[in-house]
Amino acid sequence: FLQQELRAAGRVPGPCPESPRAPVAREALRVQEQSEQLAQELREVTRNRASLRGRLRHLRQHLHVLREGERFTSLPAPLGSQLRPRVLSEREPILDPSVHQHLERKINFVAGVIHPWRVTAFERLLWRACRGYLVASFVEMPEPMEDLATGESITWVIFLISYWGEQIGQKIRKISDCFHCQVYPYPESEASRTDTITRLHGQIQELSVTLEETEKYLAEVLDKVAQALPTWRVQVQKMKAVYLVLNQCSFDVTKKCLIAEVWCPVQDLTQVQDALRQGSYQSGSSVECFVQRVPTLESPPTLIRTNKFTAGFQSIVDAYGVASYQEVNPAPYAIITFPFIFAIMFGDVGHGLLMFLFALWMVLYEDSPRLRQGTNEIWLTFFEGRYLILLMGAFSVYTGFIYNECFSKATAIFPSAWSVATMANHSSWSSAYLATHPSLTLDPNVTGVFRGPYPFGIDPIWSLATNHLNFLNSFKMKMSVVLGIVHMGFGVVLGVFNHVHFRQRHRLVLEFLPEMIFLLALFGYLVFLIFYKWIKFSAADSLVAPSILIHFIDMFLFTSNAENLPLYPGQVPVQTVLVVLALASVPVLLLGTPLYQWCRQRGLTATAVPVQPLARGEQEPLLEGQEAGNSVNATMEDVESGGHSPDAKHLDFAETFMHQAIHTIEYCLGCVSNTASYLRLWALSLAHAQLSEVLWTMVMRNGFVGLSYVGGVVLVPVFAAFAVLTVAILLVMEGLSAFLHALRLHWVEFQNKFYVGAGYKLCPFAFAPDTWE
Amino acid sequence: AMTAHSFALPLVLFSAFWGLVGIAGPWFVPKGPNRGVIITMLVTTAVCCYLFWLIAILAQANPLFGPQLKNETIWYVRFLWE
Repeated sequence: FLQQELRAAGRVPGPCPESPRAPVAREALRVQEQSEQLAQELREVTRNRASLRGRLRHLRQHLHVLREGERFTSLPAPLGSQLRPRVLSEREPILDPSVHQHLERKINFVAGVIHPWRVTAFERLLWRACRGYLVASFVEMPEPMEDLATGESITWVIFLISYWGEQIGQKIRKISDCFHCQVYPYPESEASRTDTITRLHGQIQELSVTLEETEKYLAEVLDKVAQALPTWRVQVQKMKAVYLVLNQCSFDVTKKCLIAEVWCPVQDLTQVQDALRQGSYQSGSSVECFVQRVPTLESPPTLIRTNKFTAGFQSIVDAYGVASYQEVNPAPYAIITFPFIFAIMFGDVGHGLLMFLFALWMVLYEDSPRLRQGTNEIWLTFFEGRYLILLMGAFSVYTGFIYNECFSKATAIFPSAWSVATMANHSSWSSAYLATHPSLTLDPNVTGVFRGPYPFGIDPIWSLATNHLNFLNSFKMKMSVVLGIVHMGFGVVLGVFNHVHFRQRHRLVLEFLPEMIFLLALFGYLVFLIFYKWIKFSAADSLVAPSILIHFIDMFLFTSNAENLPLYPGQVPVQTVLVVLALASVPVLLLGTPLYQWCRQRGLTATAVPVQPLARGEQEPLLEGQEAGNSVNATMEDVESGGHSPDAKHLDFAETFMHQAIHTIEYCLGCVSNTASYLRLWALSLAHAQLSEVLWTMVMRNGFVGLSYVGGVVLVPVFAAFAVLTVAILLVMEGLSAFLHALRLHWVEFQNKFYVGAGYKLCPFAFAPDTWE
Repeated sequence: AMTAHSFALPLVLFSAFWGLVGIAGPWFVPKGPNRGVIITMLVTTAVCCYLFWLIAILAQANPLFGPQLKNETIWYVRFLWE
């Protein structure tokens, strides 16, 4: 209630500057009392204010009525001249004689205010009811006043009715009551009218003064409330939170204390004990709280400690699935591979630089409250990922240099490797010859034309060439495949960490080895072919250069194509061996682990060794996952085996076999499809390059066409359009698109080689005031 | 230009550079809670960037065909670049 009133008065309760301690139960009562008191005060004051205002309004209305009415009654006869001709024109002849006749009769007046919308109806009713024995005049009030019921300011209409006779008077009063008019007494003589007016003036003044005082008092009360309110809110919320947590505890046998079962990281155990001790001391209780480790069968939650830099990367990994307890965490590798994969699809120096600068600004000013307290969700998303964007921009600059693209233009940092002059001299390209041949090709077979590979990136001559894409496509496709296979191989290798950590060394031989053999024999060999062709085949045998793709397909089909020369002698037998090896590894992968586990179980039951719950005595829980491979180590005894004890469970052979079969199929088919999936690296980088080239040729270049001074002026809006489109299409849209695809590559193609991601996060109690409303 | 680009020199230079970053660098990372992360980052960066550069230079080492240029381009490149 207090908060609403504050808001209504137009003050926003500011945020609580310091975080007050959670209050004890008695304090809560005090807070309650105080807040109730203030609320009551506030209510009273508002009520007083409302009534004062009402009275003020009545008085002012009365005043206006008297004033306006004076205009009519102080004027000499005929009353008809002021009135609406429509109403009275027919009545005039009737009235005039009757006025004179009944002159000695008293003329009575009814005066009041009426809502402007009801005027016509009122008039009509009066006229019909009183049959002309009255004179009514209506006039608008000079200033609008507030309507008590609706609060809007309307211009009221004052009416003055003069009539003869008592009955008519009663009728008029009844009618005006029906119409919700405010009727005021209208004194007969002028003198009494002026008296009333002066009296009213005096009353109005007094009332205004009182009203002012009331308003001031109200403001004071509101101030007090505004000061105290934020603190109270936070205190109440804290108490709510504390009670919520306490509710989750259970009573012990004696019903005298609460027991809570918590997950706690081993490292923090001493801290927890300290905090408990401090808490008991401060609350003045006689019994100390203590913590004790308890064995449990549940799987613990995962805790991965991050700082402000690594948090962004960990969150994109967690978005796919939180790491299972103690499995290898792909996030530290993703810190670099994710921006790198993004940059392959986004490679452009100019765009990368813009992105880098934007992120740099966010990082440098990350402590500024203006940036941190933004409410726009999209801005907050960008801000949370500022380090991510920083790295993405940095890598994009690097890949932009390699692709030799800066806002779609190539830079010649080193002189180009292709010599046009040599070719021209060799083929005698005179100016006349050039004029008749619109396009000519440089032949690397001619000595001197090609002078060695460009040392850093793609040669700048290619950006001038019309067959630019022929070369670039081949390059990018092979690059995507190579990088994809390396990435996937890395993923399989990461699985080794899992196997070693969880003491499943049999999986090293029975799963990792077949997987690696399959991957390397087929796709590793493909990478080898790519590199071999790059190194061994040059322009001299360009006419007969073998096609890797056809070789690869033939390898699987065990056929050969006569027109496709082998890359090296003995290629066919080597390929046959590799394919056989790869095919042989499939059944090992399929049956190895299940058979091993089955044998082990059979061996165990055969020797009738009772299955122990893994010497659980030392392995006491109340712990948490630590990230493998990071600097924090947990000693072996502290590790909770939490569910990873396959021997303790009854082995269901059918289930394991099915699981392994699915894994095998997924892996083998996945190798093929995922390799092809990495071709999106090529596709997106091509799209980005083409878009930026289009933007340049269609937009910016037109600004340079006009060579006059006018052209210079035209350049400004052209550049504006270029800049806006660059940011909107190339940075935002392409950036998001590349981000998404890089994410997909990580989540699916990379992580399905080793990641399980079936854990749940540790959610420690954290108090943030606004979340506990 | 008339200069010929060697293949060996950039190969040696860049291998040495990224080797320094990825192999020698980790020894110089100061001890602290972030040591592991920083080492991982250095090695990953070195591997990724080196590999990417290597692919780019190898793809151009023995070109099977040359660039096809418009006659205008040939005309000005011939006299401007050389």
